Amino acid sequence: MVRIEIEGGLDAFQLNRRCVKAAPVTRPLSPMKRKDTGDFLFKQILKIFPLLILVLMGAILFQLVSFSSLSIKRFGFSFLITSTWDPVFEKFGALPFIYGTLVTSFVALLIAVPIGLGASIYLAEYAPLKIQKIFSSLIDLLAAIPSVIYGLWGIFVLVPIMRTHVQPFLGKHLGFLPFFQGPNYGVGFLAASVILSIMIVPFIISVSREVISAVPSVYKEAAYAVGATRWEAIQTIVLSCGKQGIIGSVILALGRAIGETMAVTMIIGNNVKISASLFSPGYTLSSVIANEFAEAASKLYLSSLIEIGLVLLVVSIVVNIIARVLIWSVTKHQQFSPNAAKII
Amino acid sequence: MKKFILAFMMLMVASAIVSAAPVLINGAGATFPYPIYSKWFDVYSEINKDVHFNYQSIGSGGGIKQITAKTVDFGASDGPMTTAQLTEAPGRLYHIPTVMGAVAVVYNVPGIEKGLKLTEDVLADIFMGRLTKWNDPRIASANPGVKLSNTDIVVVHRSDGSGTSYIFTDYLSSVSSDWKSHVGKATSVNWPVGLGGKGNEGVAGFVKQTPGSIGYAELSYAIKNGLSYAFLKNKSGKFVEPTLESTSKAAEGVTIPEDFRVSIVNSSNPEAYPIAGFTWLLIYKNMDDPVKGKAIVGFIKWAIHDGQKYTSDLLYSPLPSEVVKMIENKLTQVKY
Repeated sequence: MVRIEIEGGLDAFQLNRRCVKAAPVTRPLSPMKRKDTGDFLFKQILKIFPLLILVLMGAILFQLVSFSSLSIKRFGFSFLITSTWDPVFEKFGALPFIYGTLVTSFVALLIAVPIGLGASIYLAEYAPLKIQKIFSSLIDLLAAIPSVIYGLWGIFVLVPIMRTHVQPFLGKHLGFLPFFQGPNYGVGFLAASVILSIMIVPFIISVSREVISAVPSVYKEAAYAVGATRWEAIQTIVLSCGKQGIIGSVILALGRAIGETMAVTMIIGNNVKISASLFSPGYTLSSVIANEFAEAASKLYLSSLIEIGLVLLVVSIVVNIIARVLIWSVTKHQQFSPNAAKII
Repeated sequence: MKKFILAFMMLMVASAIVSAAPVLINGAGATFPYPIYSKWFDVYSEINKDVHFNYQSIGSGGGIKQITAKTVDFGASDGPMTTAQLTEAPGRLYHIPTVMGAVAVVYNVPGIEKGLKLTEDVLADIFMGRLTKWNDPRIASANPGVKLSNTDIVVVHRSDGSGTSYIFTDYLSSVSSDWKSHVGKATSVNWPVGLGGKGNEGVAGFVKQTPGSIGYAELSYAIKNGLSYAFLKNKSGKFVEPTLESTSKAAEGVTIPEDFRVSIVNSSNPEAYPIAGFTWLLIYKNMDDPVKGKAIVGFIKWAIHDGQKYTSDLLYSPLPSEVVKMIENKLTQVKY
């Protein structure tokens, strides 16, 4: 095994550790020797703020649970695993909505992550400064567009393109897969996922670009010094160092995708059915709340809609935990990528 | 200096008490009549300078909730309150019809402008998902001479809870016993088939773009947006075009109960378009605040007489004169 020796005896493994823990591990010398009441008070006041967030989270959870108690008592666990949603006969099950939320978010990530990552690598590593500046402000602009605008654009521009071009193409060439079968309306899971991916790409790009730019150039130069090509340097140093930040940006994007309401509601087709085909219309948790809350007059109906909100909260927490565990397992066995050794 | 300020403040307070304080009346509810209500509030505030309105179009369900909780002075709804809801309210509530509206069945069948004729059972079966091709003999037999192709029917409905859906499903329930027992009538139902579009604009957007689609929208919305709409067979067997007149006819010559909680879909009037309905204001019989009570009753009296002339510009149908007389009677029972 050949070791890459750079920066005065710092080996590649150590280098990588340094990237991951950019902040120094040891705290600066604490100024505890000097006691000062003002300082003490300031510290105590600051403590209140994170506490407030905890209280807020607790209050939201408490409210959701207490307002949905009627529906929780009536349907119990079956609320999560049945798929009838009938306001007239008051039978409520949330499975199609959970399914719709997870499918659209996941497919949106599948589309958005490669595009977002590619764009951020280009902007941070290859693009001239001028292009970098123009694109960065354009991307920030993209993130600021209200979602109802995306929705209207979806109805009048995206959906016709999906119906006349994209879906017939997918049906023709990938029609043997269950995901691309069935009648082609234009609206549905796929259209909703595409609009979601457009909405979350700016988040991935702007965060990942920052992370990639933050990788110290001496490390990259070190890689060049041992004969790495630009792509190899990006692959082994930049992406490896920025892994945590990039995954963080994806989690941020996922959070947005799960909760996004208006644009999805406008083009997912709002049909309470579970279907493997991405062409078919579906429904999401946030959409059903947006659609039906204003007109829900009966108590059980209202309570069920609030339970949908509770489910949405739980789903986002669970997905977040899974994503965090993923990061943890990736960074726990931090080792320099085997490709690095091949360079030499 | 301090004395001066104090005197000035006292003067301000005194003057506020002496001059007739303007009344602000708060209302909330239905979105469907929102355009005409805002017009009325505007014009009426011009005539009566000291009455002002604040109306939030949060939806019929919200209107019912707010008036029941007494957070507003009047509610508004496109569907009548159920008896259970009425008993939940802290006082006796009156339903006061204000204008009428119709729901048009809109479609996008290439080559066919407005006027496709549909019978009630065909319409119910299309929305049940039982009738799936445009060239079905049951559609063709009502439309001799019209060339229908072998396209799939794509059903489009409202995804958000709405009074429009209420009137439409009320109609389907009244003409189809299957619909009544399997789906029922409400502002949101469990649609057997179809795509859900959010709001009128969502339904119109899907229908305009999808060849072979059929949906429903408020008549005013369908007319303003140039959608093709169907002529429906009414109770007397006549195919009727939805117009402002044929909508008003739905409440003529039919018995209207004293509490106005009536569905006028599938009207027995031979000239009537079958999918029509009232929209109501909800007010308490015993008003808590005499000043507000007086102002509200005064406003309603104006709206059902002079106010009706603004309806046709905004594509609502005016109330028939017999209904106006009944409302006058009803208003005399309101106490404030």
